[in-house]
Amino acid sequence: MSLVQVEGLSVRYGARTVLSRVSLSVQPGEIVTIVGPNGSGKTSLLRTIIGAMKPFQGHVTRGSGVTIGYVPQKLHIDKTLPITVARFLKLPSGRTATDIDQALTQAGVPDLSKAQLSQLSGGQFQRVLLARALIGKPDLLLLDEATQGLDQRGSASFYQQIDQVRQNTGCAVLMISHELHVVMSASDRVICLNGHVCCEGTPAVVASAPEYRALFGTGTGGALALYRHEHDHGHDHDKHTHNHTEAVE
Amino acid sequence: MFDDFMVRAALAGIGVAIAAAPLGCFVVWRRMAYFGDATAHAAILGVALSLAFSMPIFIGTMAVALLMALTVSVISGRGYAMDTLLGVLAHSALAFGLVAVSFLSGVRIDLMAYLFGDILAVSRGDLSVIWGGAALVVMLTGWRWSALLTSTLNEDLAHASGIDPKREQLVLTFALAITVAVAIKVVGVLLIAAMLIIPAAAARPMSRTPEGMAVAAGIIGMLSAVVGLRAAYVFDTPAGPSIVCVAAIAFLTSSVIGSLISAR
Repeated sequence: MSLVQVEGLSVRYGARTVLSRVSLSVQPGEIVTIVGPNGSGKTSLLRTIIGAMKPFQGHVTRGSGVTIGYVPQKLHIDKTLPITVARFLKLPSGRTATDIDQALTQAGVPDLSKAQLSQLSGGQFQRVLLARALIGKPDLLLLDEATQGLDQRGSASFYQQIDQVRQNTGCAVLMISHELHVVMSASDRVICLNGHVCCEGTPAVVASAPEYRALFGTGTGGALALYRHEHDHGHDHDKHTHNHTEAVE
Repeated sequence: MFDDFMVRAALAGIGVAIAAAPLGCFVVWRRMAYFGDATAHAAILGVALSLAFSMPIFIGTMAVALLMALTVSVISGRGYAMDTLLGVLAHSALAFGLVAVSFLSGVRIDLMAYLFGDILAVSRGDLSVIWGGAALVVMLTGWRWSALLTSTLNEDLAHASGIDPKREQLVLTFALAITVAVAIKVVGVLLIAAMLIIPAAAARPMSRTPEGMAVAAGIIGMLSAVVGLRAAYVFDTPAGPSIVCVAAIAFLTSSVIGSLISAR
């Protein structure tokens, strides 16, 4: 049973069609990454899945009882709004202190519950957003360029956290990412989007697809080589991520 | 006790401060200050219409304020430059309202009372309208509090939690219209936005949670009303503006103390 099934989805933004006839599905436990140039409809796709945008055609079906955790692209907290991390995680309602502590620990920031949201660093803030997405014990985690604004080290450790969350909870992940080296090493499946689905498959298949090369050039061959290399050798996670950042720098 | 006009005035001011506190916080958090202004300014048109059709002022002002707030809600998010648009709407509503009032021949109305409020002339009837409206606003914002707060933080997060931000926006719009209708007698259309924004802004430096800020705004608003009235009595100054002046002094004090504490 798929967690989420998108069939023949078209989405319009005013008169502009941002997505046309997109179909995809996410199976339990897999990591699926959406790549695509700016304006290719990646964010619209995620927003339609959570119900923030209405399909023009086609439909989005959630498996029965499937819960979704969502980490938005960017969240601006107005400085005039005083709110602690714990209060933020309690919204809209029904979360206990235990839920909050557990989610913060899972997201790797166990000590932040009393901090003011507006005073967090970029990395801390993303982890608090992750904690918020995790608090409902989701079957599917949606991440919209969750590492935007983080440096190499920050984003590498963020993705490591995601990987750990998946191992601990078994949730599936559907994410948008610009960081092709991360995509290629961490995903089970890659969907290349440009208003429509250009190509999809395992990272290796997508990276060699002509549609993908037309969008991203062949420069990412290096990332793919790294992916292969990494999977030929050891499974030490720290070393794994470390190698990636070095290779990219 | 209700026979004393000063007691009635104080109770009216406190009622408005209570309604304005939670709503004012949302106006500040959502950067709707100009939106509040436009809604309040439109109320003068409501006054003219109420008098023309011999309706209770409360009904007329609320209807027009609601209409204005809805218009702005519909227009917003369609790619117009909001500040320009609100500037146009706020001031043309005021101008049309003033012109409309001048057409009312035979009815002698004290325009100043609607522009700057006439808190000392609050009757028992006014008082029940003010407290009824304030209770409605507090109940409305209290009932939707979590949903409102979530959609204020981020609309997509609200959607992901099953909350419709558009519906919450409507709740706020409705509460704003009630507050404007209620506050017109106390501070007048020109200063209603001040009662919304200044106590909330003054409460910000001393608050750590949204709820704390709403309560602090309420206390600051009530104190401003009482102290402002007393000052107006002692110095023989206009009551509505005196209340706003006290609130402004509270804002200044709280900002200075706040920055001293954070600099330490």
